[in-house]
Amino acid sequence: MQELLAQLAVFVIAAFLGFELISRVPNLLHTPLMSATNAIHGVILVGGMITLASDANFAIKAVGFLAVFFGALNVVGGFWVTNRMLGMFRPPVKRVKKRREG
Amino acid sequence: MQAATFLAYLAAAALFIFGIRRLKAPETARSGNTIAAVGMVVALVATLFVIQFQALLLIGVAILLGAVVGAVSAQRVQMTAMPQMVAAYNGVGGGAAALIALSEFYHLSEGEGLGAVSGITIPLTVLVGSVSFAGSVIAFMKLQEIAFSGSVTFPLQQVVNALLFLGILVLAANAFLDGAILPFLSPIASVVVVLAASLLLGVLLVIPIGGADMPIVISLLNAFTGLAAAASGFVLDNYILLIGGTIVGASGTILTRLMSGALGRPLGKILFASIAASGGGKQEREERPVNDASAEAVGEYLSDEAQKIVIVPGYGLAVAQAQSVMRDLVETLESEGKTVLFGVHPVAGRMPGHMNVLLTEVGISYEKLYDLEDINPEFEDTDAVIIVGANDVVNPVAGDPEQSTPISGMPVLEVGKASQVIFVKRSLSPGFAGVDNPLFYDTDKTMMLFSDAKQGLQEIVSSVRSPA
Repeated sequence: MQELLAQLAVFVIAAFLGFELISRVPNLLHTPLMSATNAIHGVILVGGMITLASDANFAIKAVGFLAVFFGALNVVGGFWVTNRMLGMFRPPVKRVKKRREG
Repeated sequence: MQAATFLAYLAAAALFIFGIRRLKAPETARSGNTIAAVGMVVALVATLFVIQFQALLLIGVAILLGAVVGAVSAQRVQMTAMPQMVAAYNGVGGGAAALIALSEFYHLSEGEGLGAVSGITIPLTVLVGSVSFAGSVIAFMKLQEIAFSGSVTFPLQQVVNALLFLGILVLAANAFLDGAILPFLSPIASVVVVLAASLLLGVLLVIPIGGADMPIVISLLNAFTGLAAAASGFVLDNYILLIGGTIVGASGTILTRLMSGALGRPLGKILFASIAASGGGKQEREERPVNDASAEAVGEYLSDEAQKIVIVPGYGLAVAQAQSVMRDLVETLESEGKTVLFGVHPVAGRMPGHMNVLLTEVGISYEKLYDLEDINPEFEDTDAVIIVGANDVVNPVAGDPEQSTPISGMPVLEVGKASQVIFVKRSLSPGFAGVDNPLFYDTDKTMMLFSDAKQGLQEIVSSVRSPA
């Protein structure tokens, strides 16, 4: 019970943090932002590793293997493509005009 | 969980948060992405200690395969295809969450049994993860133009979806109650059926959604996968899954709301729009005269009359691969002492911010790129607006309360306020939303250059360079 309450507390705080973080990002960067957060939910890979490492029969191992493969694809592809996109935003000569704030 | 791994997870979470924070400005964004990636490495290494280095070979092979496919696809994908790539990565993430929940259900039902928490969170993870996976696959196919183009509908679609959802709830309850509702289905079989039914639900939810609303769907599915990861954090008692997933789930939800606001399309209207409304037959277009201009005439006007020029790029520009020619035009005009700005609608391209990526790719400085709110006041003293491959985002009909169209209520770029409007467009065909644009027929103000975006821009460039 204690553990569950702690998890709920973390969940609520992380949710508010997510709201706060995003409202500061300008339209200009919304595509890379979506792509970067997309890469972060690839943290599900952690769950896949735990599943694959547990004792299990062949079917469950196969499911876990596929989950790890998917998770790794999500993580590597997501961060890589975001990096490629952001590499195109070249450093400006002067500060960019202040854009819409959320 | 040991204190050391817990602290490592905490560090990883802090790196995620710090990384996202740095995405708020172009100068720091790339380092932010790198910081978040470092956080991911920390989380993965900490997990190796959690699992006490079991099954390393299998995990290593699976990660290697996933990493190779991810890296190669990420390196090769064209910038124009970014929305479907994001959808694809999102889909596999959702699929992973559903598979993990499935196997965890098996473990628990064979072993210590389901508690109330896992009894609720596991079916939820399977549901959300599978919907995200199947929905992303459909989104990918629509954007890649493989299948399901446009809005695919059938009678009683909403009723079928609702019944399917209800069925999933009954099956989930059956799994939780050890087969008490449907004795012929064992708990694990019930969860497998939940998975299959959720995949079908994901397909049915996304097929009716048209291309213009796709970015919002991708963003929503991104949030779903985040929530599925968070739910599996509850299942596995794992804090980094809980924190990472929740942050993405929450931020994805906000991003989705921002986007649907930018489109003037409430989320409910996109997901549950009454389908009959859009099937009102083809709009009849009147044959009206237009001012069919040559590239020479356009070039002459830009050279002689225009001082301040705003360019409005649309997806047609990207389709024609004309971004480099666009940059040439900007450089040519600037060398003649003109002021050139870009008015970028939030949904130009296929995702919010997608057009910015496409323009910066060819070296157009992001300082020239103005958002809708910032550019609209500028049109009053603009001499010429050049609209390339865009229609819906400059259509004044959207703001007309008398007319009911698919784009009604969407904020648009008010290009009609400028002295001269120049469309570079292949034909008079209406845009994605299929709504005719009255600006086409304003012969006093509008020049229509009927051409492919690339060829038309090239001709304008040479015409500006060598005035007749």
